[in-house]
Amino acid sequence: MSAVEIVRFAVRGLAANKMRSALTTLGILIGVAAVILLVAVGEGSSQSIQRNIQQLGANTLTVSSSTGGGGGGFRMARPQQDSGPRTQARPLTVDDARALADRTAAPHVSSVSPVVSAASRAASYDGASHTVQQVVGTYPSYFEASNKPVAKGTYFFNDDVLAARKVVVIGQTVAENLFGTLDPVGRQITITGVPFTVVGVLKEAGASGGFQDADDVAIAPLPAVQQSLTGFGPLNQILVKAGSADDVAAAQAEITAVLDQRHGVGGAVAADYQILNQATLQETVSAATSTFTVLLAAVAAISLLVGGIGITNIMLVTVTERTREIGIRKAVGAPRGAILGQFLVEATLLSLIGGLLGVAVAMTGAQFTIAGITPVVVPSSVVLALGVSVAIGLFFGSYPANRAAKLRPIEALRFE
Amino acid sequence: MSLVLDVRDATKVYGAGETAVHALRGVSLQVEPGDYVAIMGASGSGKSTLMNIIGCLDVPSAGRFHLDGVDVGALDDRRQAVVRNRKIGFVFQSFNLIPRMTALANVELPLAYGGVRPAERRRRALAALELVGLADRVNHQPNELSGGQQQRVAIARALVNSPALLLADEPTGALDSTSTLDVLGIFDRLSAAGRTIVVITHEADVAEHAKRVVRLRDGRIVEDIRLAPVDGLPPRLREVTA
Ligand SMILES: Nc1ncnc2c1ncn2[C@@H]1O[C@H](COP(=O)(O)OP(=O)(O)O)[C@@H](O)[C@H]1O
Ligand SMILES: [Mg+2]
Repeated sequence: MSAVEIVRFAVRGLAANKMRSALTTLGILIGVAAVILLVAVGEGSSQSIQRNIQQLGANTLTVSSSTGGGGGGFRMARPQQDSGPRTQARPLTVDDARALADRTAAPHVSSVSPVVSAASRAASYDGASHTVQQVVGTYPSYFEASNKPVAKGTYFFNDDVLAARKVVVIGQTVAENLFGTLDPVGRQITITGVPFTVVGVLKEAGASGGFQDADDVAIAPLPAVQQSLTGFGPLNQILVKAGSADDVAAAQAEITAVLDQRHGVGGAVAADYQILNQATLQETVSAATSTFTVLLAAVAAISLLVGGIGITNIMLVTVTERTREIGIRKAVGAPRGAILGQFLVEATLLSLIGGLLGVAVAMTGAQFTIAGITPVVVPSSVVLALGVSVAIGLFFGSYPANRAAKLRPIEALRFE
Repeated sequence: MSLVLDVRDATKVYGAGETAVHALRGVSLQVEPGDYVAIMGASGSGKSTLMNIIGCLDVPSAGRFHLDGVDVGALDDRRQAVVRNRKIGFVFQSFNLIPRMTALANVELPLAYGGVRPAERRRRALAALELVGLADRVNHQPNELSGGQQQRVAIARALVNSPALLLADEPTGALDSTSTLDVLGIFDRLSAAGRTIVVITHEADVAEHAKRVVRLRDGRIVEDIRLAPVDGLPPRLREVTA
């Protein structure tokens, strides 16, 4: 009795009940496809978030107030700052920014951009209106530091900042919503009723993987935004660009020194600001997204397990139904191994075919954008899903197969 | 001369305690090569129980049992499978063909488990089907065959491995009279060709075909009559040729 023979018997057994075999296969198919696709979606979103973070610019440090003022806030840069008494937390000010721009105190800093921002402001142009997710007031250096090149028109300049001119550079989303196909450059829009002249349009940043639309922004000179939208309160953040990637650590140390001195931090007084750099942000976010991916994979794994239980169920039914046949085979001299082999191969074939089809479906599905995310298939998830599905076939198939193989011929033949 | 079958004092008890059924109460039976034995007895007398033990489908509760010189009870599971495959051909009352498999595939089955190569397997299965007169039905499935034809396929399957012993448990019990004659004719010819056959029946006309008739009652052998010599032709064939 050769292995080929056993496989042939198994295939014949499956073919005898095509509908049932197909449905069982479907269970495994869905499980495998779900594992691969969900992991791909998780990976895709993680990659797109990483790409967004990279768009911040590699040499950029974000200083924000740790008293609830600033944006970001993924992680405290200085672990000791939660301890110790604090007299009065000082907000970040334009003077702080000026101090950081001092070449002698901070030689590794190449540019400093104070930032205020206002969320969800209504903008309109000639009857069209659009709520801008983020209106940013800053200095011209912001464009380079935050890696936002202009596609059309120009940036604004230092003159515009000094004169507090109401000029604005808008993102693609804003441009499309307000102007459609018109060229926005030179036209006047209003933001919460205040007129601004559009001087440029940012290059499209592209899909941003769920967090927020990076193209839904309007960037104007700092005093203009303060005057008309935010008032002259504290800054939300200070964007600092280091001279090069190698200077980032040194720049961070200089910023810390300058701000500690200005804010009276040291000894028992904890820092009232935090510094985020791209590397730490990336670490934090990738930890969060991998948790997300693991969760997705767990959900998918459950559906794979359900598929496995389906196989056990079908094999149990099959064995029960074919007990007489097993008896006949034994009566004509089938050894235990051949019976065991036949049913194990049947179960394994079901799960293998289901698994392979599942991979095919997942690969096809991964070509499409799912919930705004381009899935990225992780090869190890394919191997794992396929391996697990075959293992499930073997594992869950072995119980019924063993039961069939152990029957005495007469017991099997008498079975009704 | 070595015996094909040597059963000594076999007993079989189903169940235990008060509900125990003593199906066999010490049966001893010796069968020489070439003999054609009919086992008769009323329903419930233990015929099938004895047959299943001889066919290695079941094990006796006590007693020893040699098949073609081999002590079957001492064999492990795998060797018992080999014995079933090589030494025994079993024909059931209810045919027991595997559904959705052609007659040819059914007949090839013992050869497949015996490790015979496909081409040789096919040749021998076709020869066996030819022998039972079904050369024109090889690709039919059991549900496309009449009862008599199905039983003939089952006989071909039992014969295909040239077993030392052909066993049949009421092979004509489910057949009409014409098919019964077909099957008995096949057995007669097999016996004439030297095959050792043990047939269970409760019909006297079936038993008349055998060279020897053994009668069971309540799990014991109560009568053992020889109708024809072991090395001669079976009685019915002798009449025809005489
Ligand atoms: N699997 C079984 N469990 C319990 N009792 C059985 C079983 N098989 C047969 N018997 C009993 O054993 C006795 C002999 O049965 P059997 O050998 O089938 O008789 P026969 O074939 O001569 O009609 C009967 O009384 C029957 O009820
Ligand atoms: Mg019976």
